[in-house]
Amino acid sequence: MCVGVPAKVIDINGLSALVDVMGSQMNVGILFVPEVQIGDYVVVHAGQAMSIVDEQCAKASLEEWRKLVDARIADSSNEQNG
Amino acid sequence: MQELLTPQMNKTVSQLLLKEVVRLSKQFQHKFNRLPAFMEVCGSHTMALARTGVKKALQNDIRLISGPGCPVCVTDQSIIDAMISLTDGENRIICTFGDMMRVPGSGGTLMQAKTEGNDIRIVYSPVDAVRVAEQHPEKEVIFLGIGFETTIPILAAAIKEAEEKRILNFSMWMSTKLVEPILRYLLDYDDLALDGFLLPGHVSMVMGRKHFEFLAEEYRLPAVISGFEAVDLLSSLRQLLLLALAERPLVMNNYQNVVTEDGNTHAKHWMNHYFSLCDEAWRGIGSIPNSGMDIRKEYEQWDAKKKFSVLAKRPRKTKCRCGEIIRGLIEPPECALFAKACTPLHPVGPCMVSSEGSCAAYFQYMREE
Amino acid sequence: MERITLAHGDGGELAHQLVQQLFVAHFHHDAFVKFDAALLSIEKGKLAITTDSFVVKPLFFPGGNIGKLAVAGTVNDLAVSGAIPKAITCGFILEEGFPISDLKRIVRSMAEEAQKIGVAIVAGDTKVVERGAADGIYINTTGIGIVEEPLVPSFQEGDSVIISGSVGDHGITIFAARGELGLMTNLTSDCAALSPMISQATKASKQIRIMRDPTRGGLATALVEICEDFQLTIELSEDAIPIKREVEGACDLLGFDPLYLANEGKVIFIVAKEDEQKVLQAIGSREEGKEAAVIGTVRATEKGQLLLRTPLGTTRRLYRLTGLLLPRIC
Repeated sequence: MCVGVPAKVIDINGLSALVDVMGSQMNVGILFVPEVQIGDYVVVHAGQAMSIVDEQCAKASLEEWRKLVDARIADSSNEQNG
Repeated sequence: MQELLTPQMNKTVSQLLLKEVVRLSKQFQHKFNRLPAFMEVCGSHTMALARTGVKKALQNDIRLISGPGCPVCVTDQSIIDAMISLTDGENRIICTFGDMMRVPGSGGTLMQAKTEGNDIRIVYSPVDAVRVAEQHPEKEVIFLGIGFETTIPILAAAIKEAEEKRILNFSMWMSTKLVEPILRYLLDYDDLALDGFLLPGHVSMVMGRKHFEFLAEEYRLPAVISGFEAVDLLSSLRQLLLLALAERPLVMNNYQNVVTEDGNTHAKHWMNHYFSLCDEAWRGIGSIPNSGMDIRKEYEQWDAKKKFSVLAKRPRKTKCRCGEIIRGLIEPPECALFAKACTPLHPVGPCMVSSEGSCAAYFQYMREE
Repeated sequence: MERITLAHGDGGELAHQLVQQLFVAHFHHDAFVKFDAALLSIEKGKLAITTDSFVVKPLFFPGGNIGKLAVAGTVNDLAVSGAIPKAITCGFILEEGFPISDLKRIVRSMAEEAQKIGVAIVAGDTKVVERGAADGIYINTTGIGIVEEPLVPSFQEGDSVIISGSVGDHGITIFAARGELGLMTNLTSDCAALSPMISQATKASKQIRIMRDPTRGGLATALVEICEDFQLTIELSEDAIPIKREVEGACDLLGFDPLYLANEGKVIFIVAKEDEQKVLQAIGSREEGKEAAVIGTVRATEKGQLLLRTPLGTTRRLYRLTGLLLPRIC
């Protein structure tokens, strides 16, 4: 029920942070993610950062998808060969 | 970071996942002799499923039922009417999220009230409304606070800001809703044959995965927490099908980069600090005990309900069936008004006007003619 | 600071000075001001006339201002109708107290834009209203052009749909410039007069069926109108539509759909498939057309529907913008 996009934290000033989404920027509150660091990605909703994105997890799911694609490509070349 | 997934790979992955989901659905149909039925409990999922084409691609394979996930839509008409009638007072600025502007009240919309000269402003964040109050000390600024668990902490952040800066001309008229009580209501009282839930990624980001374990433990249903892109939705549906096929009631987190086991403890702390549980009236259902949150007595100086009174009239009756739609009992085209008397330009009910409403999603993305 | 007063609009000495020192000085057409109307000689062809009013807020934004917009907007309406723009007139409604320095900047950029494309600003009018009765300045421009070879909208299945560049730049630039939603971006408006680019395209291909500039309501609304006007079914490919990263980011943050955001320097071409590359090359040779892309195909010459093919392979129908674009929040 909300817009939530991963935004990169590029500056922190007290309980406020400047975030960037593909070149568009905005100031958001970080009351709920006080531990956030510059360079982290956060999910923003209605002007507040609501969660710090776990990059390891994000990369892991990408890796899984990549494997899926590779397996598929291997499959289809097998089919062709067979 | 989303750029890690190139558009080409995105396309390949989503098409592969789609095939996999269709294959699993066939297995399900073979095993149980019916289509699998899943409910999405999030307005953004409803929109994303329609916009990305996932819902259409799966229309013969999965019954995707839209649940009570759009905050405007689930709000009882009497509350909408009360909020709109707040504009009548002198010397007031009403601040709101954009979604509220065109919601039909029994006596008009906020947009019409604005056209008539009332000062009504759309803000991006409730904290912005506190700034409006700061800039206009001579006026009463009222924020219309609706939303689920994702938004409730943000409403708390606004009250915190007002408290710290001692801004007393700011107040909030709250009507917030919680996901757990409405899911329990639907499962306890409605005749819904469900095989599982697609759980709201953003509510889960605040509340955590464990919050939803009651679905598996008490209702023996699988549920998967999902993100919002086509790949997220499809891979979550795939997991749901795997669980349903294996008849394994588990609550899985398929949005791990954002959602943790316990959620955001800071957000939960602040929402409980300023707000406590209250009974809330849901559209087409009535009052459900402890299904929302409202401002605690200690902070009632920011509670618009304590500061202002509105005339409560009995809401105008229409043939709108939003009440059944939000419960997943009917699909939008089953309503006689859909796409005829009720369109996004002339909405009769909130499901047609909210950008997350089932009817708006269906009207915009699913109609062929 | 020098400001506009009610006397600047009363037709007396101050009004005369404003016309002479500002408008005539910048628009360089004192030959026209001897009469109450501009007299133009017409060559062969059909006359094209269009009019538009400009009320943009803020008046100045990255990439342009209300004056540039007022020239470019009207010129573009002529050019996409297949006309060569010749002359425009302009009417100013000024609010009492409006800074004259701002008016100068606006007039200067109108003159620049008109000169760049060889269009004469041949007549004008100024009215001043009391403070509070208008928001600074409003401009109306009327454009006249000559059509030598009218476009023939005879569509065929398989015709290509081309957009001359990325969509939504103007819409997001204006949102950011208004500062209301706290959005910051380095984007600039695409606001530009496109007649030179369009004439390159019409020279390169004689099989352009129609051109439109997708302004308010965005790409989707403009294409829905084409589909309805000519009973076409057009299918767009979602991933072929050029969108700048910043526009995508801003849309993600605010919940907007880039297909419905305003553009002020883009053209939609529908052209025979065989001429698709010719048109792409012709417009691609100019700065404002460098990001041009083929985004769709005419699927049928009946029904009147705009369809979008998602990366998933499904299609969904697009409708015109309903209501206002509001940030999607809760």
